Amino acid sequence: MIKRIFSCVFLALVMLFIYTPILVLVVYSFTDSTVIGVWEGFSFQLYSDLFHDKAIMKIVGDTILLAAGAGIISTILGTTAAIGIFHSKKRAATVMNTVNNIPIINAEIVTALSLALLFAFVLTFINKRIISLLIGHVVITTPFVILSVMPKLKQMDPNVYEAALDLGASPTKALFTVVLPEILPGMLSGFMLSVTLSLDDYIVTAFTKPETFNTISTYVYNAVKVPANSALPGLRALSTLIFVLIIIIVILMNVVKKKEVRK
Amino acid sequence: MKLRFARKHLCIPYALFLALFVIAPILIMLYYAFTDSEGGFTLMNFASIFSDITALSAVLSSVSIALLTTAICLIIGYPVAYILARSGLKHGKTLLLLFITPMWINFVMRLNALKEFFALINILDKSAYFNTVIGMVYDFLPFMILPLYTTLIKMDNSLIEASQDLGANKIKTFVNVVIPQSMPGVISGITMVFMPSMTNYVISDILGRSHITILGKLIENYFMQNNWNMGAAISMMLLAVMFVFTWLTGGFNDDAANAKGVGL
Repeated sequence: MIKRIFSCVFLALVMLFIYTPILVLVVYSFTDSTVIGVWEGFSFQLYSDLFHDKAIMKIVGDTILLAAGAGIISTILGTTAAIGIFHSKKRAATVMNTVNNIPIINAEIVTALSLALLFAFVLTFINKRIISLLIGHVVITTPFVILSVMPKLKQMDPNVYEAALDLGASPTKALFTVVLPEILPGMLSGFMLSVTLSLDDYIVTAFTKPETFNTISTYVYNAVKVPANSALPGLRALSTLIFVLIIIIVILMNVVKKKEVRK
Repeated sequence: MKLRFARKHLCIPYALFLALFVIAPILIMLYYAFTDSEGGFTLMNFASIFSDITALSAVLSSVSIALLTTAICLIIGYPVAYILARSGLKHGKTLLLLFITPMWINFVMRLNALKEFFALINILDKSAYFNTVIGMVYDFLPFMILPLYTTLIKMDNSLIEASQDLGANKIKTFVNVVIPQSMPGVISGITMVFMPSMTNYVISDILGRSHITILGKLIENYFMQNNWNMGAAISMMLLAVMFVFTWLTGGFNDDAANAKGVGL
């Protein structure tokens, strides 16, 4: 019993450490004061300012577009690659898997610098363009799509594909009608993971983006580095919206998963 | 001759992509690390990491911050994962989600929240070093909890029962059975926390108010000054550390990927 109480208290303390800063920010997003700690009365002023700030709305839109683009490209690239690796000879598969793991375990700054070198000296025609930024994001997200899809391929009954061929389906048709539905959950979680990694990224973004282009990460970083920046109160509202959105998504995903399990 | 379609050919686009955007950049980096600004071969870039006082102090503060961060994450993360996975809590999985949800919130935003909180409780202008370490723990704790949880939940109960049947008490069972069995998770957790805490300069910039220069920051500074050779040399060193680490721990293991939420 004592052990149980001790465990619960410990979990609660860690939870407190994780959520207190976020909750403080949420609470102070509902008051129109310049600094946290001073309560100027309840208001939605920060939210109203936020939605009228065209520059921030553009940054939010650009960030989402970039994440969606990176997510779609890496899901297609990663899924085809996973199927290919799964059916390659052992040696080729080992090489592919090893290289695929490099962006995962490498320090992000190393990936960022190496890409910056490539664009600055070899692929100069796309240096610091949207396309170099997109490539940077695809480099860091695709490995996770492969790791998400691979287990689904391993779980699949290999005879189903052969059966489809025997019944007269072309290889392409068999892939789309037999293999794809089986690995779809893996592709979806790979896509979600790619989108979150892209939304979250700062370092690779900073090294590959066009000078004037900003994502939420680079915008917040630049705002936070300047002391007493006038953008800080607005950030409280933006952060609150994103916190709430993520929590809703996590709950929804959890409910969907539970329903799937019950089936 | 017409090439017949085989499923293995599907990995060709990604193989080309990896060659162009992962392998080639590393080779270019290798070239810049071993040359001077005129393009002649040199080892000076590496030598100056250890002779230049700024670079050397960056190495030292990176290592000390990373060690401290990893240790704290392990000390907090192991009990959390253990309680969630093995104490028969009813909603273990849901609670786990609560612990790792912050991982999906933009990390610069979370750092801003932490900075505002530090200002509120008046510790922002105290120790830049400790604020940085707290920020790293705050950011990387989920990456430690998740792989530990995955290994602990998979652990075979019969091993623990066998140990207890053979007369070992709870502490002995924990030390001799549970800890060794959870080592893969511990190693992945360490991998996922140690490298980022040596290099993620966003945290030290925001919470250490740029008083702390870690290796990642040093690379960024060289990048800003267009000093590609020094930046490449330090990156090569980090790459080498990563390879040695992976080799020592017996290759890449999938639990490391789990730390970022694959298969959740």
